[in-house]
Amino acid sequence: MDPFFIFITVVKIITITFLVVLPMVAYAVYAERRFSAILQDRVGPNRTMIPLKIFGAKKDLNLPLGGLTQPIADGIKFLLKEDFTPNHVRKPFYWLAPALTMVPSLVTVAVVPFGSDLRLGDRIIPLSVADINIGPLFVFAVSSLAVYGITLAGWASNSKYSFFGGVRACAQMISYEIALGLSIIPILLIMGELNLNEIVKYQAANGWLIFPFWGEGLSLKGFLLLIPCLISFIIFTVSIFAETNRMPFDLPECETELVGGYHTEYSSMKFALFFLGEYAAMIVGSALIVTLFLGGWSLPFGWSESEFMSSGSIPAALIHVGCFLTKVIAFILFFIWVRWSVPRVRYDQLMKLGWVVFFEAALVNVFLTAFILYYVR
Amino acid sequence: MAEIKVIKRPQLSLGDKLYLPAIAKGLFLTFTHAISSLRGTTRGAKKMRSSGLGVTMQYPEEKWDDSLPEYYRGVPALVTNEEDREKCVSCQLCEFICPPKAIKITPGEIPSDDPWAKVEKRPQAFDIDMTRCIYCGMCEEVCPEEAIFLRKDYVVTGSDRSEMVHDKDRLYEIGGKRVGLVNKWNDLK
Ligand code: SF4
Ligand code: SF4
Repeated sequence: MDPFFIFITVVKIITITFLVVLPMVAYAVYAERRFSAILQDRVGPNRTMIPLKIFGAKKDLNLPLGGLTQPIADGIKFLLKEDFTPNHVRKPFYWLAPALTMVPSLVTVAVVPFGSDLRLGDRIIPLSVADINIGPLFVFAVSSLAVYGITLAGWASNSKYSFFGGVRACAQMISYEIALGLSIIPILLIMGELNLNEIVKYQAANGWLIFPFWGEGLSLKGFLLLIPCLISFIIFTVSIFAETNRMPFDLPECETELVGGYHTEYSSMKFALFFLGEYAAMIVGSALIVTLFLGGWSLPFGWSESEFMSSGSIPAALIHVGCFLTKVIAFILFFIWVRWSVPRVRYDQLMKLGWVVFFEAALVNVFLTAFILYYVR
Repeated sequence: MAEIKVIKRPQLSLGDKLYLPAIAKGLFLTFTHAISSLRGTTRGAKKMRSSGLGVTMQYPEEKWDDSLPEYYRGVPALVTNEEDREKCVSCQLCEFICPPKAIKITPGEIPSDDPWAKVEKRPQAFDIDMTRCIYCGMCEEVCPEEAIFLRKDYVVTGSDRSEMVHDKDRLYEIGGKRVGLVNKWNDLK
């Protein structure tokens, strides 16, 4: 294999995981706490400081950061807490479960295109770790594995609360995964493409799927296709909420009924892995929604088609990365906003929503799209 | 036969059944809160002397001290009268009544050469364990000498348990001199 290819892939993995996703996870927690506070007329964590005193300095360094150092404090706390393993757990699975929830989220990041292709000399470097032609399929295959982590945690913990959490996670997973998969078929019909990078390029030229106001999107067909796209978008977004176990569907942990749900018996860094895995899943979910429906890294109104933006130069690529991250962050804030506005649905309501409403809607939607594509020129 | 009353269930409109309008309404409501929170115009923000975000007061910098009501029950403390006499006669009624047993008194005799010898007793030691006190005010209620009062101080801190026990000196320091009370041990008695 080309050594340059290996080198650039390693660089991409390290940059995207350690410089983009993990800091984003840490700060998503902070954003969640601050934003929820603002929504509820509170302040949130705003006064963490740098404790120079414990290193022997005279005074603590109290910079007016508005609590931006909070994630560091949280991280240190998680690392320093006692990692307690109850006696009644099944150890191998108990240890495996936290990793199994965190890893799939990080692996799915591999196919997400973070920016437009970069041109270095005569080489073209796509800004995603793996530029593969089965993008969405890969995502579904890997991200559904996360539920094993939760189920194993619930089972291995050997406690009733955790067990119920695990069972719920399973039942929840099978009720929305089908709708999730079916909801993106219209996109594949429209694009004829399974490569996420190509999907984004198509949207850059012809209008984002749910905002098609330039290029080919400005036609009767474009506007008609908006209907199935919006339906897909709603089903996909709601399913992603369920997939990430976020608020209206956070039945596996459901503090009011199940103490801590599947992670009742976990402490310290193992709990942190569950906790951060949820946020990583949220970030990947937002990135996916943005990539599939909101034009990924592309600028609106076909600006990404201009000579400068499509030249592949470093500033152009950086602008695109910035654009992508802005959209993702906006979507994360939307996730948080929903969490603090919508009450948790009941267990049977979620199953009903998945099986009776979304499954059918997604199915009808597939035919609707095919119909429009076939008859409207 | 008992009369059966059939209560009509509310009829849900299509919008109610779809959930989505209700969710949009909820999102809008929280959003208005976010806006007013950021602009510092949350309802009640001024009354609660908020720090700018929402209604929360930034505690150690801002305090309620000046708006504490007259009946506020803070730490219990002993007081002296106008003539700097310790009002407590160590009758131990407060020790007896204190629900969590926070008070410990060692009674002592007043020597006969003391100008207040007629009072006969005063506490040798008087400890209130502030980790136990529940600020119920029973001690103030029961005291026949009006010697113990709940003050408005509420910040009691210490880095170990022994620091949380208020001894006699500390109690008089917090309590200070209290004037205008019934003077039971006046010159006529
Ligand atoms: S306030 Fe209540 S608990 Fe505290 S010392 Fe007095 S009687 Fe005891
Ligand atoms: S404070 Fe009052 S009740 Fe308590 S011992 Fe002294 S005189 Fe008696």
